[in-house]
Amino acid sequence: MSTQRVCCAGFGGQGVLSMGKLLAYAGMLDGKEVSWCPSYGPEMRGGTANCSIVVSDEPVGSPVITADATASIVMNQPSYDKFVKIVGSGGTIIINSSLVEKKVERDDVKAYYVPANEMAKELGNPKLANIILLGALLEVDNTVTEESVLNAFTKVFGENKAKFIPINKEALAKGAEYVRNQK
Amino acid sequence: MAKVLMKGNEAIGKAAIEAGCRFFFGYPITPQSELPEYLSEELPKVGGTFVQAESEVAAINMVYGAAAAGARALTSSSSPGVALKQEGIGYITNADLPAVIVNMMRGGPGLGTIQPGQADYRMCVKGGSNGDYHNIVLAPSSVQEAVDMVMEAFDLADCYRTPVIILSDGLIGQMMEPVDFHYAPKRELPPKDWALTGKGDGQKHMIVNLNMDAEDCENHNIQLQKKYVEIEQKEQQWEEYCMDDAEYAFVSYGTSARITKSAIDTLRKEGYKVGLIRPKTLYPFPKEAFKGKNIKKYMDIEMSMGQMVEDVQLACNDVNKVVFFGRCGGIILTPEEVVEFAKSVIGGDK
Repeated sequence: MSTQRVCCAGFGGQGVLSMGKLLAYAGMLDGKEVSWCPSYGPEMRGGTANCSIVVSDEPVGSPVITADATASIVMNQPSYDKFVKIVGSGGTIIINSSLVEKKVERDDVKAYYVPANEMAKELGNPKLANIILLGALLEVDNTVTEESVLNAFTKVFGENKAKFIPINKEALAKGAEYVRNQK
Repeated sequence: MAKVLMKGNEAIGKAAIEAGCRFFFGYPITPQSELPEYLSEELPKVGGTFVQAESEVAAINMVYGAAAAGARALTSSSSPGVALKQEGIGYITNADLPAVIVNMMRGGPGLGTIQPGQADYRMCVKGGSNGDYHNIVLAPSSVQEAVDMVMEAFDLADCYRTPVIILSDGLIGQMMEPVDFHYAPKRELPPKDWALTGKGDGQKHMIVNLNMDAEDCENHNIQLQKKYVEIEQKEQQWEEYCMDDAEYAFVSYGTSARITKSAIDTLRKEGYKVGLIRPKTLYPFPKEAFKGKNIKKYMDIEMSMGQMVEDVQLACNDVNKVVFFGRCGGIILTPEEVVEFAKSVIGGDK
């Protein structure tokens, strides 16, 4: 039995919740039990957003992740402290090094630093930073398959966004490639 | 039908439409606003009516009107908004009308907070309006169960001509889970030959709330009580989890129950013989679930300060067997603290 418990965190507008939805939907398409749970409290209204995603072979108990996450994707500095701490021993942390200066000091987790904002600009669309980071996660943590993420794309964003699948596929690949050498 | 990933609030809206609900009246409040938002978009597409009322009080009275005309009508809100609806809920109950009320609870009392809570147990299960009455109360623990229960709620409401409350919370409302929609009534639904349908079938129908004659009023109360006896006999629902060899049992509903299941998985791995009785109906409380059980302690886990404890004490018929742990005010329980509490109760007895 395997259970992946992933937290995505950053500023509102960075695509944190959408990234989580892609992950959850992809997990569902892979035949797993999934849940997606957003922050909706005053923290969100103050500008930061986060969500917890559970992808499991078993029915999901608690959908809220407060400890022992298997992975965190951290997109900005304010999310760093809370969502590095939450990752359990042996877990993975994907950091948007374009906006986060700190380095992970724990030695029981594996951290990857991806300058996602710059990479997204190179691809021609700053909005792709979240997808680049998701690509990095998929490379180092087999939570779901890239194929399922791409299949989930129109389910999450709507059929009229299908034209953006190629560029998103490229963004996933860029993120994966960037961390492949850090493994 | 393939499963889709949906937010609890939106899935409840879709479930209501699938169950034939064509009238929604409500007023926005976090954490349930996606429900009216969804229905404002979707109800008109199926010829339904969506009204954002001027207040919660207006909304519940619009439900009263639609129900009197024989329609399947829905309103939804969150804790302080449901408090405002209590007068109307009492009127609908007294008028023997079917209606469904969704409460996505948040922390209280008063305006409280916008994060999830379970502190409306007493208001909804024991009755927040005046008079001798009950409403059927269903407590879903997942998005799929919320969907199934909303569909069943409309049937129960029609069957017993009574309001049915879906008592859930902000977490189920906000989270997304895979869900499918399949409306298949399990009960034979009586014809609504009492409905106010206007001049046409020649029959004179009246829906009244005020009894000037005390004897009439008492007689009506006796009829209501007969209805509640039947509901208590026929409609208790619960789930048992790991109860076969359990020596200690959690009792928990809704969001708390799924968090408790995670705690049970951890405790079982460490050799603790723990299980869960999860009430799916809060009224009628599933007293049957407690019969013939040989349990050392019942551990009531809630996101309130212990509003269900008395019902558990009555159900197991032993005040001293029931212990309680909860968080409230919008704090979501963690499996870790439930595990820690259980160990403090059980000690070395495994």
